Amino acid sequence: MRHTISVLVENKFGVLSRISGLFSGRGYNIESLSVGETIDPQVSIMTIVTTGDDWVIEQITKQLNKLIDVIKVTDMTELDHVEREMVLLKVSPKQEHKAEVLNIAGIFRGRIVDSSQKTYTIEITGDEKKIEAFVELMRPMGIKEFVRTGKVAITREGVKKK
Amino acid sequence: MHTKITGAEILVESLKKEGVKYIFGYPGGVVLNIFDVLYEHKDLHLILTRHEQGAVHAADGFARASGKTGVALVTSGPGATNTVTGIATASMDSIPMVVFSGQVPTMLIGNDAFQEADIVGITRPCTKYNFLVKDVNDLSRIIKEAFYIASTGRPGPVLIDLPKDVTVGKADFVWPELEMRSYKPTYEGNKWMISQAAQLMAKSKKPVIIAGGGVIISGAAKELKELAEHTDIPVTMTLMGLGGFPGSHKLSLGMLGMHGTYYANKAVQDSDLIIAVGMRFDDRVTGKVDAFAPHAKIVHIDIDPTSIKKNVRVDVPVVGDVKRVLTVMNKVLKEEIKEQWDEVRKAWLKQIDAWRAERPMSYTHSEEIIKPQFVVEKIYELTKGDAIITTEVGQNQMWTAQFYKFDKPRTLLTSGGLGTMGYGFPAAIGAQFAHPEKLVIDVAGDGSIQMNIQELATAVINKLPVKVAILNNRFLGMVRQWQELFFDERYSHTKLNDVVPDFVKIAEAYGAVGLRATKPSEVEPVLKEAFRIKKTVFMDFIVDWKEKVYPMVPAGAPIDQMLFEQEKKPEKKLKAVK
Repeated sequence: MRHTISVLVENKFGVLSRISGLFSGRGYNIESLSVGETIDPQVSIMTIVTTGDDWVIEQITKQLNKLIDVIKVTDMTELDHVEREMVLLKVSPKQEHKAEVLNIAGIFRGRIVDSSQKTYTIEITGDEKKIEAFVELMRPMGIKEFVRTGKVAITREGVKKK
Repeated sequence: MHTKITGAEILVESLKKEGVKYIFGYPGGVVLNIFDVLYEHKDLHLILTRHEQGAVHAADGFARASGKTGVALVTSGPGATNTVTGIATASMDSIPMVVFSGQVPTMLIGNDAFQEADIVGITRPCTKYNFLVKDVNDLSRIIKEAFYIASTGRPGPVLIDLPKDVTVGKADFVWPELEMRSYKPTYEGNKWMISQAAQLMAKSKKPVIIAGGGVIISGAAKELKELAEHTDIPVTMTLMGLGGFPGSHKLSLGMLGMHGTYYANKAVQDSDLIIAVGMRFDDRVTGKVDAFAPHAKIVHIDIDPTSIKKNVRVDVPVVGDVKRVLTVMNKVLKEEIKEQWDEVRKAWLKQIDAWRAERPMSYTHSEEIIKPQFVVEKIYELTKGDAIITTEVGQNQMWTAQFYKFDKPRTLLTSGGLGTMGYGFPAAIGAQFAHPEKLVIDVAGDGSIQMNIQELATAVINKLPVKVAILNNRFLGMVRQWQELFFDERYSHTKLNDVVPDFVKIAEAYGAVGLRATKPSEVEPVLKEAFRIKKTVFMDFIVDWKEKVYPMVPAGAPIDQMLFEQEKKPEKKLKAVK
């Protein structure tokens, strides 16, 4: 099963390497990883999406906790939470599809952040399903480039165990 | 107003604060200034080894024998990379150690400078933690944190990389208070879990305790003995656990696993409850995991949560320091639980005795040729167990584990996890520094002793009476044994026959004493002579090259499917997994 794990770490050089080394050294899989500073610049937060059965996920969270630079590990999948990912997508539609592209972007609350004679660059934010749906609709329009941030996640207030 | 001192001086002052007496090391370009501060230092002794690997193993042996944190100091580049095997050895066996490596000046890092190696990157997976010091003002804090991390929780090696400009730079020496929000080991076990475990122990019919290295590290031998004796539960040990429970005790089943005793493996496989204490279910212990102890509930006590449920299912996990957990457990068993196990335990111990009688630990003695097990037995007999034994890796290690009865903790120093050949001799040197008055013996093979034989110089120069008993079979014996059993006796590159050096002459060339025994009748006189001489002694025992370590569980088989001496070959050709 897929899990989204939030890891609060000391913001020091080498920490990312310790975490990625843990995953590669023990044969765990990273689907996506995003890192950024928190409000406290001495602390960073990593959001890791990984897959594994319960044994593997238990080991992953324990192994992460064991790292000296890790302050807190939260398996978001066990909690009520919000997940978001941002995608930048460059399409070069045929003339007759241009309006359709803008239309779809509008439906998905995407923003056109750049345009040229031949292309539109669209920014879109959402959870996995929304992004998948959007990409599927855009595919026939001629996707030139596609980048994604990886997921970030935050718990909802009044956190309950699922 | 403080006077500022150099980073090298801060390092030395910090080590003194940590109570360090010995540093095992080797000089080089970027650590010249540190070595200069150490030159003829009164309180801090730099022990010069002849290879950086030797230095780290010596620091490791010192740590295992004393329980204190071992310290090594080497230069950058090759000096640093030569420590990797030693660090990984300590890491696998949870040995507290701080290794200082020199580094090129910070402004040259990343430039592929002369003798530059990214040792922090290289050692990241085999240290508990490591540091690159970038500012001399951070140095004392980092050293304090390093010693704290190395010696607490599940111990392990920590590396500190010291760029030249940091040790040359000056700062005030401040010994800071420790403040680490992200590192807080769990020491106290969960009381409810401990009660659950105690209940199971009281009710179980066929319980077995498996004691590992954690018993020795946490100093819980007394508590373990109390537990076993109160509940009448037999104790088997992992290689790292030997000495954690007296090997000569009637409840001792000796070692379990691949080369464990028949009765230990049988007991584990037949048990209805396993109490795993400070061990981690290594594949050499479990054999085929799916077939391991199929009827047993498992109580697992360990300070490292990642050890629990890593390899085997666990019914009652207890995260905590073994000594503290066992103390509470003994209290619960004595105060809250009625003794109800007398009858069932008698039946269980009787069954185990039957297995013991069926296949005791044995070998076939010879009057013509020296059997390696005979040498180990004689060492035990002559020392009465009052010695520190180190081993190399391979047959020498297993025969030592099988035929020497370790009664006290910290009397067996051996590379269990990593299985490092060349460990035993430098480790014996470190152990001798920790216990100058004790008899320290390295049981070696003719293969592995050659991996760090240069440390003869270290032993001789420091006048260390370390003894090395070489079980010389002119082969890489353990690999040869596998080739005989699983590879049609094709002895590919395991025959050292034509080029085994004259160990007596080597010892003499270094200024040590060399002795040799070629017949069984010479074994005892050679050992007695070696123990009498207050010098470094190499003993060359020319042993039967055909001798194998039995019993043996083929890799990947359940641990009760054992091969024995009588059955020369497995009936069906067994496939070796690893």
